[in-house]
Amino acid sequence: MSTVETQVEVPAGVKLPIYMDNHATTPLDPRVLEAMMPYLTGKFGNAASRNHSFGWEAEQAVETAREQIARLIGATAKEIIFTSGATESNNLAIKGIAEMYRERGNHIITQVTEHKAVLDTCKRLEKYGYRVTYLPVKADGLIDLEDLKRAIDDKTILVTIMAANNEIGVLQPIREIGKICHEKGVIFHTDAVQIVGKVPFNVIEDNVDVASLSGHKIYGPKGVGALYVRRRNPRVQIAAQIDGGGHERGMRSGTLNVPGIVGMGMACEIARLEMDTEASYLRGLRDRLKAKLESHLDYIHINGSWEHRLPGNLNMSFVYVEGESLLMGINDVAVSSGSACTSATLEPSYVLKALGLGDDVAHSSIRFGLGRFNTQAEVDYVAEKVIQIVKHLRELSPLYEMAKEGIDLSKVEWTAH
Amino acid sequence: MAYSDKVVDHYNNPRNVGTLDKSSTEVGTGLVGAPECGDVMRLQIRVNPETQVIEEAKFKTFGCGSAIASSSLATEWIKGRTVEDALEIKNTDIVKELSLPPVKIHCSVLAEDAIRAAIGDWKKKNGVAEAAPAATTTVQ
Repeated sequence: MSTVETQVEVPAGVKLPIYMDNHATTPLDPRVLEAMMPYLTGKFGNAASRNHSFGWEAEQAVETAREQIARLIGATAKEIIFTSGATESNNLAIKGIAEMYRERGNHIITQVTEHKAVLDTCKRLEKYGYRVTYLPVKADGLIDLEDLKRAIDDKTILVTIMAANNEIGVLQPIREIGKICHEKGVIFHTDAVQIVGKVPFNVIEDNVDVASLSGHKIYGPKGVGALYVRRRNPRVQIAAQIDGGGHERGMRSGTLNVPGIVGMGMACEIARLEMDTEASYLRGLRDRLKAKLESHLDYIHINGSWEHRLPGNLNMSFVYVEGESLLMGINDVAVSSGSACTSATLEPSYVLKALGLGDDVAHSSIRFGLGRFNTQAEVDYVAEKVIQIVKHLRELSPLYEMAKEGIDLSKVEWTAH
Repeated sequence: MAYSDKVVDHYNNPRNVGTLDKSSTEVGTGLVGAPECGDVMRLQIRVNPETQVIEEAKFKTFGCGSAIASSSLATEWIKGRTVEDALEIKNTDIVKELSLPPVKIHCSVLAEDAIRAAIGDWKKKNGVAEAAPAATTTVQ
């Protein structure tokens, strides 16, 4: 009888469970919490209150945060609009531009591995008479720039393509995409949630007109996000999607989440100062994890471009092992899987399928998302544990046995159910 | 997803993992499911030609913890039963024993299919007609 009761020793200084799912969310940096605390307690003013000191100090704090966010991405403070998070930012950008530029055209271009906040927003616009082109991606997860050039026509008003993918961490060629858009006079929006604070991102150098940002992906609080909206060369206008008191230069009404905004500002400030050091630290951890797994396991597959990738991302398929069963074996490590069984829809990851991977490879995928607070000891523990569980599950896997015998699994007649 | 203690137990200590010689006439093999669906079960039985009792049962499963547990449990239950008796096992019995949630019922269906497929293969090899009385068995 084989048994999988874990035999991996927990190294000193490692506390279980280990969080390694930093693309989903990140823990709040203690320095961010410290900055927020006064605004959760005594400094409770409404930033829109113009006639007393409570309002003034709240407004001052918001403007400081606006500066901090703008500085991280090469923008000016006036170009930052606060929202409730990146889903709202993506909705506001795409719907707001579609509405504002309706007379110029009705064509929008996006790509298939976008976040649902972009894809579903585009789908809704299709119901309202807009035409949407969903560009495919190559096997490495990147779009083909020639496809983009061909897709732009005289009715195209907006191109929306993410900077970094949330599952496979690949970095789209946004600078070139932005250049093509500017040559054709098309607005370029990017969902920059995963890239900001992780690797350099500059709205001027990267030719970005509109960008969605999130607080909680960069060690800030949840419930706060921002939208960068370019004011010059070209000036971009956005039709408000929420009506009310006309906050945020009329683009987004609603009382500002002052503590959240302060936290997001501080998170951006820390990222600006520490990003370079942190990126090489994370790349080191990530490469160590990959090397350990590769040296002990066969039939593993890196999903998406290795070269154009966020430093903290490792998305790997352990072929012939089903992702949910693997997660069950490493239940003291928080990671996620592209397996159908882990999703609400019972469909494997559409991102992995878009790479042309078979469903079986998608079912076997694990996303490791390394972050600021992960340590080398944690990486070593996770690697050991994954190796042990994958080996155990492969002993149980009829597919692994068949593959080892040289049977071509694509030629087997399976009984789909 | 929270798993029942029984699922966790079968996952950690799967019963009867292994492979039987599929060319043997005493062995029936059932391979059900598909890699694209995220579940493949292979269940094998070795049947005593005299008594028609399943003396050995082995499985290997690619799938989630519930799929592993369902097939592991199936091997436990069929061992020692006659083939006709083993066909009485229903997926709902597995659901009940393992407290499977609704989204995992297909795992139990697959385990029942695997039992039927293994017995069907054994019957075919041994010239036993489906649902025919045991006395007609011919052993080569």
